[in-house]
Amino acid sequence: MAKILFYITLVLYGFATLMYLFWLMRTTIATGNIARNVLLSGFLVHVLALLHRFVSVNHLPIANMHDSLSFFGVALVGIYLAVEHRYKITSLGSFVTPVAFLTMLGSSTFANELKPLDPLMQNAWIYSHTILAFVSYALFTISGGTAAMYLIQSHLLKTKNQGHIFQKLPSLEKLDDISYRCLNIGFPMLTVAIITGAMVATKVWGSYWSWDPKQTCSLITWLVYAVLLHGRLAVGWRGKRAALFSLAGIILLLFSFVGVNLWFPGLHAFK
Amino acid sequence: MNVIVVGLSHKTATVDIRERVSFSPNDICKPLRALVALEGIVEGVIVSTCNRVEIYTTTLDIAGGIERVRRFFADWHQLPCDLLEPYLYSYHGEDAIRHVFRVASSLDSMIVGEPQILGQIKTSYGYAAELKTSGIILNRLLHKAFSVAKRVRTETAIASSAVSVSFAAVERAKKIFDSLTDKTVLLIGAGEMCELAARHFQANGVKTFIVANRTFERGERLAKMFGGTAIRFDALFDHLHKADIILSSTGAPRFIITPRDLGEVICRRRNKPMFFIDIAVPRDIDPEINNLDAVYLYDMDDLQQVVSANLKNRKLEAEKAELIVTEEIGQFFNWLATLEVTPTIIAMRKQFDELRQAELAHTMSNWKDAPDDTEQRLEALTNSIMNKILHSPTVVLKDAGKHQGNRTELYIDTLRTLFKLTS
Repeated sequence: MAKILFYITLVLYGFATLMYLFWLMRTTIATGNIARNVLLSGFLVHVLALLHRFVSVNHLPIANMHDSLSFFGVALVGIYLAVEHRYKITSLGSFVTPVAFLTMLGSSTFANELKPLDPLMQNAWIYSHTILAFVSYALFTISGGTAAMYLIQSHLLKTKNQGHIFQKLPSLEKLDDISYRCLNIGFPMLTVAIITGAMVATKVWGSYWSWDPKQTCSLITWLVYAVLLHGRLAVGWRGKRAALFSLAGIILLLFSFVGVNLWFPGLHAFK
Repeated sequence: MNVIVVGLSHKTATVDIRERVSFSPNDICKPLRALVALEGIVEGVIVSTCNRVEIYTTTLDIAGGIERVRRFFADWHQLPCDLLEPYLYSYHGEDAIRHVFRVASSLDSMIVGEPQILGQIKTSYGYAAELKTSGIILNRLLHKAFSVAKRVRTETAIASSAVSVSFAAVERAKKIFDSLTDKTVLLIGAGEMCELAARHFQANGVKTFIVANRTFERGERLAKMFGGTAIRFDALFDHLHKADIILSSTGAPRFIITPRDLGEVICRRRNKPMFFIDIAVPRDIDPEINNLDAVYLYDMDDLQQVVSANLKNRKLEAEKAELIVTEEIGQFFNWLATLEVTPTIIAMRKQFDELRQAELAHTMSNWKDAPDDTEQRLEALTNSIMNKILHSPTVVLKDAGKHQGNRTELYIDTLRTLFKLTS
């Protein structure tokens, strides 16, 4: 059952991605609405799939790579839909849905056997650690998406381009604003996620910080975002420099999320 | 009934001719009344804008109607008929409907897609509706035209791009700034171009204006017009950091703003973007500043290019719009066609039904020992016979209406004579 729901989600996200990309290249408005509705239905199926999984293992389904990626996907799509609704910014979908789709595609390549979570790991700290971490990842991804859009739009403005993409992308100010807001909410979340992570580590591994690759990478990511926030608040960074930083942050983050698990097995890796 | 259109526009007549036959909106009642008083003219709407003067009417006699409206144009303005003859066009039938739809959708405008025409037609129609010179057909035609125009506007990108330099500048500004209401526009120079562009910005929400002009008094006058403040030209760089949008149009022979001037300004603005619009020839602003991070510069050539690309794009969108128009013509035409035969069909049915009911009542009153359900059965039987008989004439009549021609009138006359139909 969960498997069927998962694949329905995957197909809907794939379809939504195509629609969003198609919308970006075309002048019609209708495609954007269809794309959003497809994505929304994909999201609902996705939530159902996760609930089903949650009920069958009786804890948050995050014990393997398959589930983690899927969890990240649902956070990303959910937050994206909220941002699109709030800011009426359909073009962001053309940048975010491909990431969500690839995440799910990646998720589908990993085995999805149900594995009971170590009882030691089943406590409130691990819940807040993982949920906060995933939500902050999703927020940073959206921040990165708007940053990419900012760089493209700025380039198009400077080169006096006026194609469909230029018409579809919103104003620089709006992009910068959304990027900043996502950062502003995401950063405290990541901070708390790292702290609660350290709490879990104390209980499970006996030491709050053990420099495993994931912890190290997360710390670097945290530092990058801390510098970016500081730059924005104190020095008045915005626009291009902030966008480049945000992009660097998201690349690091995705690396610490996926790459570390795959290539540098440490305590965080799924065995 | 036929719709006819007679008129002239920027496509057929020069401005001095258009001026001579225009109808002033202050005094539109008289010509409207005179128009529908003409022999054979049933309804009338007069559309008079600076680019077109057109009369929409309905008449039974196409050729005579067109001739009378043509003469009306000349007589009303006291011009000789043959002076106007080469400029006037006239349409009837499907072409007339297409023309009205195209005009309302701004497909026939000088600048295709410009939005004013729809409002102008609505106003013109308003006068006619008030005076009741427009009736059932023109009411429907104009309302249909408004809805076609709306479809064209929402389903094509015909009006979504700027086709004037000033508007192109505003459009670009909106891609840099989210909202213009809290932004400041700095005008360097108090020339006409600057003023025009500033008006566009004001219309789009900008509230704060600063004017820097070499002659302070002249700058002050311009600033007053926009509710802004004037500054001395030498103090330009003390105020530059306050401006989000800079419009420059001075007669200076050399660049007045170079990248070197902007370093400190950008710092003071904490990297907030700046949009420079250089509409001066020769240019006022060093094009190099476009390479600075938070600075965007458009000069006259850039804006012209935007405009010409947009115009090209509008032509493509206009093709889509023509398809929409064609689609809607069919619908209206069907309605118009059945409109003519509908009264006859109704009269025919009414007469048959009255006959049927009278006979039924007569039969029942004489039939004392009829079983209980007799009346119901007879009712069903007579109804069914009547419907079967009337089916074929109804279909033929509606069909004839759709294919317009003399036959419709022949059928209607025949039916009315044979069955002595009244009303």
